[in-house]
Amino acid sequence: MSERERPTRGAYGVLAFPVAMLVIFFLIPFGIMVATSFYHRVEGAFWTPAFELDNWERLLHPVFLERAVFSIGICLLAGLVCVGIAFPFTYFLTRMRRRAHVTLLIVVLSALSLSEVIVAFTWYILLGRASGVSNILVWLGLMNEPAAYQPSFVAVLLGLAYIAFPYCVLTLYPQLTRLDPELTEAAQTMGASPWRTFWTVVIPIARPIIVAGFLLVFVFTLGSYIIAFFLGRPEHWTLSVFIADQASAQANVPFASAMAIFLTLLSLLVVGVVGLIESRTRRI
Amino acid sequence: MTVEVRGGLRLEGVVKRFDEVTAVDGVDLELPPGKLISFLGPSGCGKTTMLRMIAGLERPTEGRVFLDGEDVTDRPAHTRDIGMVFQSLALFPHLNVAGNIGYGLRIRGAPKEQIAATVEELLKLVSLEGLGQRRIQQLSGGQRQRVATARALALEPRLFLLDEPLSALDANLREQLQVELRLLQQQLQITTIIVTHDQREAMTMSDLVVVMNAGRIEQLGAPLEVYRRPASPFVAGFIGRTNLLRGEAAGDGTVAVAGRPFDVAGGDTAAGDVTLSVRPEAAQLVVDGVPERNALPGTIVFVRDLGELFECFVDCGLDEPVIVAGSPRDWVPVEQGAEVAVRFPAEACVVVAS
Repeated sequence: MSERERPTRGAYGVLAFPVAMLVIFFLIPFGIMVATSFYHRVEGAFWTPAFELDNWERLLHPVFLERAVFSIGICLLAGLVCVGIAFPFTYFLTRMRRRAHVTLLIVVLSALSLSEVIVAFTWYILLGRASGVSNILVWLGLMNEPAAYQPSFVAVLLGLAYIAFPYCVLTLYPQLTRLDPELTEAAQTMGASPWRTFWTVVIPIARPIIVAGFLLVFVFTLGSYIIAFFLGRPEHWTLSVFIADQASAQANVPFASAMAIFLTLLSLLVVGVVGLIESRTRRI
Repeated sequence: MTVEVRGGLRLEGVVKRFDEVTAVDGVDLELPPGKLISFLGPSGCGKTTMLRMIAGLERPTEGRVFLDGEDVTDRPAHTRDIGMVFQSLALFPHLNVAGNIGYGLRIRGAPKEQIAATVEELLKLVSLEGLGQRRIQQLSGGQRQRVATARALALEPRLFLLDEPLSALDANLREQLQVELRLLQQQLQITTIIVTHDQREAMTMSDLVVVMNAGRIEQLGAPLEVYRRPASPFVAGFIGRTNLLRGEAAGDGTVAVAGRPFDVAGGDTAAGDVTLSVRPEAAQLVVDGVPERNALPGTIVFVRDLGELFECFVDCGLDEPVIVAGSPRDWVPVEQGAEVAVRFPAEACVVVAS
């Protein structure tokens, strides 16, 4: 090994900062959570250090397993809805003139400044009976009387897709701006209509980033509990709602920890499977 | 049996404006089918915009485009029956070589066996047999260029358009591919338009050169004709190098340059200010005195021997030094600072502006 290739002490020094951040803000809290999931819960108080599997056994109860499957299902669906809207949106955004394009991007990103609580409340009102969108339809004469669209499954789905939308756009944006316009033009000179060009050139080339955006939305919405809590009935609640409920309302942190770890492992599994399918089918 | 004539192109009063910038400023052009035509000009002269309007990728602000007599101005690119090679080549990274070449046929809904057969044929045509399953990322620059060519020809288009297709390649490969492309075009007899800023490329390949500057056509003609008889100082300077001599025409075929009489071949020029163009290889160095006609005295400021060519820069009191070039074989030894004269033979003096 030559002199130049050997990492110097300074090179390790550069690594120290991210490693320290990772240890302090991720590994240690996660370790504490893993430990807590085996602690003994004291009814009416908090918990005492112990090593028991009660919390994990309780997870096997059909209610929680059913909630876990539901959570993964609705979040995958939110990912599909979100990417389904965000991808064409971002693609056409990047094909616009510079000024329109930047303005729209700023509008979308400004939605990031809204807290999840405000978003949930806004949708709660918009989909409600008293002053929601159905009143406009009544005023237009399209409906006889206002209706409530929440709580419902669709309302939760919509809310989840909404909060993840700006992040999804941000993931897709850099790659789509770099997409060479000559690629789509080449397809057109070979007889492909703009619509077919979109399907046969733009989407296949952008596939890895579409999958990345989809997974981001999935993981991101899996952690959201306010949306499901406000816009859904108990049967529309995700596992995150139960985790929050156990941790704060029931003061059962050991069980909340066990559920949180379970959810993390499940989402890692889904991400791994989707990633594997993506890389296996990319090159035909 | 009548031979089908395809790919005749006509532009009528074509103008293209982008906001405030006029890229193409009123072009009328009629191009014969079956030939190779090059649009030659410096960057920003509007040559690529012209090509894109012919392809249907840009819509002219004014004017019409006719293909085989049919007005195609309002027809989008995908209905025009053209093949195009882009500057970036624009090969699809998600498809292999065969997938790229067969893309157009697949879009058209051709049966699988027919696509495979056509792809094989095209791979052979561009000497890439057996590389159909390669990924684009595994190809060299020259191979990619050939794939792009094959892909553009797959649908047997009426027009074959190339937008600076060789600009990313190194000089040797570029020359080789220029010859290959030209031979391919002659074999297929397909109407071809190539955009280039390289005059050697244009002269190597074309039947017809369209020299453009600032959105207008400066000259249209056979390569050698454009080289020998440039229509304007711009063309003279852009196609090869030249010496420009400003003078005053007497109206009787003679021109006075710096007070010395010049005979000009075919010089029935009206009296007034004129500019003469003389190619460096047509100018001659005279070491024993100053001839009376068609010559200027001067001092040698720089001499260089390029091996294949010997060049001499002579200060004749004009704006720029006069360049005299010749074969090293019949070169008179001269030195920097020597007092000499440069002779400009009458048949080499071309009036480029009056």
